[in-house]
Amino acid sequence: MAFPLLAQASSAGPAPLALLPEIFLLAGAVVALITGSFLPRQRQWVSRLIAIAALAASAAAAAFAITEPDRTIYEGAYTVDAGTSAARLIVAVAAALVIALGTDELRGTERESETYALILLASLGTVVLAGTSDLLVLAVAFLLASIPLYALIGINRSRSSAEAALKTYLLGALLGIGLLLGVTVLYGLAGTTTYSRLGQNLGTAPGAAVAVGLTGVLAGLMFKAGAVPGHFWVPDAAQGSGLTGAAFATTVPKIGGFLAAYRLLAALPGTVNWPLLVAVLAALTMTLGNLAAYNQDDPRRLLGWSTVSQAGYLLMPVAVTGQASLALPALMVYLAGYSVSNLAAFAVAGAYPGRRTLNAFQGLAGARPWHAAALTVALLSLVGTPPTAVFLGKLTVFTAAWEGGFWWLTVLAAVNTIISLFYYLRWLAPAFRAARPSTPGAGDFPAQRWAAGTAVAAALLLLIFGVTAGLGWAVIAGPPHG
Amino acid sequence: MLSLIILLPLAAAAGLAVLRRLPDGAARTVFALAAVAEVVLTAAVWLGYSRSGSSSLAYEERLRWIPNVGSSYHLGVDGLSLPLLVLTAVIFLACAVYDWKARDRARSRAALFLFLEATCMGLFAAQDLILFFLFFDLSIVGMYFVIAGWGHGDRARSALKFFLYTFLGSLALLVGFIGLYLASDPHTFDIPELAAADALRGNPAGGFVLAAILVGLAVKTPVVPFHTWLPPAHTDAPASGSAVLAGVLLKMGAYGFVRIAMPLLPDSWRAWAPVIITVGVVSVLYGALVALAQSDLKRMIAYTSVNHMGYIVLALGAAGAAGGTASAVRATAVTGAVTQMVSHGLITGALFLLAGVLQDRAGTYDMGAFGGLAGPAPRYAGFFAVAAFASLGLPGFSGFIAEFQVFAGSIGVVPVVAVALPGIVITAALFLRALQRVFTGPAKGRTKGFGDLRPVEMLSAGGLLVLSALVGLLPGPLLGTIAPAADAVIALARW
Repeated sequence: MAFPLLAQASSAGPAPLALLPEIFLLAGAVVALITGSFLPRQRQWVSRLIAIAALAASAAAAAFAITEPDRTIYEGAYTVDAGTSAARLIVAVAAALVIALGTDELRGTERESETYALILLASLGTVVLAGTSDLLVLAVAFLLASIPLYALIGINRSRSSAEAALKTYLLGALLGIGLLLGVTVLYGLAGTTTYSRLGQNLGTAPGAAVAVGLTGVLAGLMFKAGAVPGHFWVPDAAQGSGLTGAAFATTVPKIGGFLAAYRLLAALPGTVNWPLLVAVLAALTMTLGNLAAYNQDDPRRLLGWSTVSQAGYLLMPVAVTGQASLALPALMVYLAGYSVSNLAAFAVAGAYPGRRTLNAFQGLAGARPWHAAALTVALLSLVGTPPTAVFLGKLTVFTAAWEGGFWWLTVLAAVNTIISLFYYLRWLAPAFRAARPSTPGAGDFPAQRWAAGTAVAAALLLLIFGVTAGLGWAVIAGPPHG
Repeated sequence: MLSLIILLPLAAAAGLAVLRRLPDGAARTVFALAAVAEVVLTAAVWLGYSRSGSSSLAYEERLRWIPNVGSSYHLGVDGLSLPLLVLTAVIFLACAVYDWKARDRARSRAALFLFLEATCMGLFAAQDLILFFLFFDLSIVGMYFVIAGWGHGDRARSALKFFLYTFLGSLALLVGFIGLYLASDPHTFDIPELAAADALRGNPAGGFVLAAILVGLAVKTPVVPFHTWLPPAHTDAPASGSAVLAGVLLKMGAYGFVRIAMPLLPDSWRAWAPVIITVGVVSVLYGALVALAQSDLKRMIAYTSVNHMGYIVLALGAAGAAGGTASAVRATAVTGAVTQMVSHGLITGALFLLAGVLQDRAGTYDMGAFGGLAGPAPRYAGFFAVAAFASLGLPGFSGFIAEFQVFAGSIGVVPVVAVALPGIVITAALFLRALQRVFTGPAKGRTKGFGDLRPVEMLSAGGLLVLSALVGLLPGPLLGTIAPAADAVIALARW
């Protein structure tokens, strides 16, 4: 199904309609903000509807364009391909889920419409980050994705969220400078900022200088991805900020960070041994995240560290960019499954905001079987148990890494998966145990309705996605080659 | 047909999970009816298969699933999987009957067991590695909840140990599967296609791929040294959970050896055969000796499982060992191994159901707490004695047929495996000793007031024992199904 208007756009010049999904996000942010400022506090739901409508429109536009042939627009500065289309869809769905699960928290508060505008702007930044194939646009997208994120993390003005926002800001500023420095170095060496010419021009440049530039850019992108060395902000943001900010910060920015890294690495010449660098980062990230999650007692902080370990798995296909045919599909399938799984788990945590220890979930299965089932699906999906969504991601990611020559990374990731099962079970096991009278609020599980509903809906989505993703993938990417 | 066999219990489980108002009695009836339907369906498939006289894959179904990585929803049965499908249906029916009086959350329990049944059926029917892995993992998840939810004693810890251990196995398996996938050209996860391609023949990487798969299956089977999860899991699981765990879930590992490891990597299997045989022999002897030292009856039966599953590993290892032996002898060993899977499922399933009676009446499995139990509970003593004799390999029961073929085939290829023969003697000794301690002598401890077997307990455990005796007396139909498939495995391996 081709979107008829898109087909008319030329292949290299301006093509505003090819950016329709991005335009919807921007327009939605502006309209939600302005509408919100004219509405009384009880009727801010209008701006929520606007935000959801903008995301739905963006997703629909992305879905229409999904079978379009790959191409670049604006003189090669922006790539529209299966990766960008998938990123647009994942970002839109994830952002909509974030808004849904945050409704209980935000409804009727003084900064409701501002939050929606920030979510849409940060989503826009993420999508542009995912689609860009030009260093300068990359720098702009990094800022567009980061600045609303700092605000989102700190917006509920508690002490812990202020601390988390400050930490995120400082780390983001530091690694953002690294990114700008890297962009400058690469531009200086190549004389161009467009990826397509970057590869040719850097081939003759000194390898060490290219490595310095690349390291700088990667540092910034690892901040977005929440991977080593830019991971320090993730657990604090997950634990300290409001539910909406935490769920968004641990999910959506990653999508842009990983795809941007993939695109840049795909353009680089072979004079720098970046695959090994990324593979080592992946190994460090997954191991560190898992070991740190081991002893956490707050479900939100546990999820924060778990997202760090997931970032490690997500770096595996990035490490084999260009070496394995599965690299890009593996990355996108994993991102899609991970985003919904992580949000489902956050939604269960958010449905019971008063229960901030793992043992406080004792008796959940007896009192709220649907929520316990949603938690089970979400956590098993994060482990990678079939037929949930992340399984296909794990399978393809493992395969891609091995295919690209990093069999040791595949083995390490398998070992890490077993470690991760242990701490996910630390949350799951109490939920299925009968509540003891000593448990705080034992047996009585009043749930936040929107968050709980989102959790159940997301869990269903995970199962449906897990079973049908293979067929959907075949539709998007065409039949297998060979 | 095979899809129906998988989806029927799954649909029943989903129905039970959703209908929260359903009374317990109705839930039990649904479980029992679904289990009966499964027995009928699998028996019909078996009948149809043996009528057709085919020895290749039958009842095949294939749908597109994940085409971009060469994985499809591919089902099919042959002589290796059919007996296990029927075994699964029979064991679950026995559990449905045994749990007829169970009061504890009967609806969720029935739903969980039906879910488990679906995963077991799916695994034995799967002809695609990813599909196999899916059911393998889901069976672990289901069993975890059975132990953690309905077990006793230190059940949370045992369930966690079970989950972590077998999950380790499943990930090793996944790594091995990925290796098989990457070696094939075009890339595929389809089992028959991979077997036909045999892409890793002569490739040293095949050894590592097989090692990963062996570790995965060895944890599940389990063999020494990967068996340590089994005794606590069995001790703390409910009786019917133990019967399913021993009767069906352990077979997943053993079945994986004949379905995946041997046919897909015959070359590496031959290279690894000495290790596999050694592990099998050690499991046989070590399992028997440790079982001899147990005072907890259920733990003792659990260790005899290690011993019995060791025979399977030993036979399959011997079947692949180097040497100029006729392939008919090797096929005998494979036939013996598959027969042993069925036999062990029936007999140990019955033993675990009977052991559960101790926990139900007296709250302990400690053999020292009983004595002279034959006085107040003569029927119990009789049933247990029959099960014990069947388990130690008395002629007339399935165990004898299986172990005879295992040794006839294995010793024919590798004479040295005769060192495992004392395992049979030790097993006989430990069962006789257990019978003596619990059922004879003066009444003591918890024996007083011990209620004899109820009809549902007799029907469930007795039914399994009758089937074991049927196989023992009339082995023809079972062997006639397995033997052609075993021949095919040996022929395909081109040793």
